[in-house]
Amino acid sequence: MIDVGGTAGGVRLRPPRHRVARKAVLWWGCQAVSGVAVLLLALGGAAWWLPAVRQWLVIALIVCGVLGIGYVAVMPWLRYRVHRWETTDSAVYTAAGWLSREWRVAPMSRIQTVDTARGPLQRALGLSSVTVTTASAAGPLHIDGLERDVAAELAERLTRITQATPGDAT
Amino acid sequence: MSEPPAEHSADKHPPAEHSAPESPTDTRPGAPDSFETWQRLDPKAVLASTVLVIAPMFPIVGVMALSRDNSSRALGTAGVWLIIVLLTTLGSWLHWYFTRFRITEERFELRQGNISRSFSSIPRERIRSVDLTAPVAHRLLGISVVKIGTGRQSGSDGDLKLDALPTARAEQLRELLLRPRSRPTTGDADDRPATGRSGTVEQGPGSELARMRPSWYLYSTLTASLLLVTWAALGSAMSTLGDVFRALWASDTATDWLSDKAVSVWTHVPVWLAIASALVAVLLGGLLGALALSVEMWWGFRLTGAGDTTLRTRRGLLTTRAVSLERRRLRGVELAEPLLLRLAGGSRLTAVATGLGEGTAGGRSDNKALLPPAPRGVAARIGARVLERSDSLDDGNPLRAHPRAALRRRLTRALLPVAAVSGAFAVAAASTEVIPWWSWLVPLVAGFPAAVFARDAYRNLGHGHRDEYLVTRYGTGVKRTVLLQREGIIGWRISQSPVQRLTGLLTVGATTAAGDGCYYVRDAGAEQGLAFAERCVPGLLEPFLEKNSESPGEPATPTIESTHESGNETAP
Repeated sequence: MIDVGGTAGGVRLRPPRHRVARKAVLWWGCQAVSGVAVLLLALGGAAWWLPAVRQWLVIALIVCGVLGIGYVAVMPWLRYRVHRWETTDSAVYTAAGWLSREWRVAPMSRIQTVDTARGPLQRALGLSSVTVTTASAAGPLHIDGLERDVAAELAERLTRITQATPGDAT
Repeated sequence: MSEPPAEHSADKHPPAEHSAPESPTDTRPGAPDSFETWQRLDPKAVLASTVLVIAPMFPIVGVMALSRDNSSRALGTAGVWLIIVLLTTLGSWLHWYFTRFRITEERFELRQGNISRSFSSIPRERIRSVDLTAPVAHRLLGISVVKIGTGRQSGSDGDLKLDALPTARAEQLRELLLRPRSRPTTGDADDRPATGRSGTVEQGPGSELARMRPSWYLYSTLTASLLLVTWAALGSAMSTLGDVFRALWASDTATDWLSDKAVSVWTHVPVWLAIASALVAVLLGGLLGALALSVEMWWGFRLTGAGDTTLRTRRGLLTTRAVSLERRRLRGVELAEPLLLRLAGGSRLTAVATGLGEGTAGGRSDNKALLPPAPRGVAARIGARVLERSDSLDDGNPLRAHPRAALRRRLTRALLPVAAVSGAFAVAAASTEVIPWWSWLVPLVAGFPAAVFARDAYRNLGHGHRDEYLVTRYGTGVKRTVLLQREGIIGWRISQSPVQRLTGLLTVGATTAAGDGCYYVRDAGAEQGLAFAERCVPGLLEPFLEKNSESPGEPATPTIESTHESGNETAP
């Protein structure tokens, strides 16, 4: 009754078809820079005001600075390589992450809402995020850093398909 | 450990319906059977909430009066309390006065509030659960709180609460709200009297799935959370008792005498004996308290299947709780075995269902309990019956094991901190005189249990599918086995950390509208996991898979030797 065993012949997940917009690298870069900058400023301020532990804070500052530069230099490009998306007639498929990776699949028939969102930075760069939610509390699919027109078209297409699909999506 | 009270042993035999003596199931002659016109709540609810506020006043004022050092202060406190009581009473009276509800053919409507008015109207088909609770005061007055769950995960239009209705009316209401699915939109008016009466009839013995057994109280005593609750309660009770003592004897003679006595006893008793007896006292107190709590929680537990459509549980000694669950909301079951309970061979059985409001409202987990902690075999059998399978959940077939890399991962995670700590100790001992040289051995000893737990965690990993269910098992502190309907899977979340990528593992998460929202198969072999996902929901993942040999461009998921112990393969 129980079904053990897998199909022989190695399979793996292929990357989704479409990349996100190239400008997304800039967007992730800006986010990384601002995050690292806040951290460094906080450490620098602490080193300025607390002479008693200054040398330790300076060491921490240097370590964080080196790591931060590496993060800013590497993360956006890795993300750009990994973040991809694809829709077929029956499902939405996304890949995200940079060190850890995550692939999400949601069948069209189970999609509940399709939202687009644009933060101030994204607006300045002409980017958009699309979020596809299902009835599960844990499974929304995020596609970040899409070109604005692409995102609008995608959202419109998904909405049209899901409205045509019957059922309460649970 | 004391046995549960004697009179409860009557519950072993199926007696006449005495499990709910507190709920007068007779239909009141005065009460109209229909809920179509706007209905009021029971005014006794005002009394119940007043009692709830007044009750704690007596001991406190009593103690203050007894301490007689300042009786005017006691009077003052009583006065303030009286005002609070009056305000509460007024508040709940206003709530009662302005609350109306009605049930039309299509919708349930609730109007409440005076200053800020609110009006909720929800389609009846969206009502997923109707639960009855009766705290002590409510029970004495014969009324129950009705909670109507709509099953949306977001909080805004979550639960509607009717506080309170006469218990018999509440039962009717539940019958009515959960019933229409089986008979859609027929003449509602003719239906009503029948539904009202069926509330009394349906508790026939034929539909009963499980009933509390006295020995099960011992299992629930072993639930760690109950033990912790007892210890916390004991601790706060001790400190309160100390306060009372101090208040009663304004001069501290008594406490002085007591502590003198304690000191003299202390000096005459060997230290190990004192520590041992204190430990035994704490342990015994915790166990007894947990036993009392579990008797309160699970007294008179019954799980019944009302027809084919609804499951109901009913339990509680002081506070009674009645929870209903539509079968169509059920997406699976979970067997949870916390460490202590597992050592005793017990298990908990909970429902994986939509609309029970977990996830966000974590505290209400006892809503989904299908069985008290019980012997594992019983839990597995009842679980199978809940899912309408004939055999037990343990049908003897082993789940598929995960690759050895998963074991190595667990061992590394358990032993790396141990190695780091002992290394740090060794360095510290070498560089300073204060720390003895052998100190680095101490964390090393802790490594043995860590390794045992890691091995246990690996042995507990497993996945498979049984007919129309996905099965995943994991965990060592709490070993969980989840059976999830494959039709209830509404997507996949597959993740791979850098370490998993190097070792050829990945974690497959099946998202669902029910329960936690996502159930994981942790650290499966990369291909094993993907093949499993594809077999569980054929066609969903398939377009996104590719043969591993081709296009070695991105080293996403390295090949590993996949099919160890590939057993009987059935065609999907």
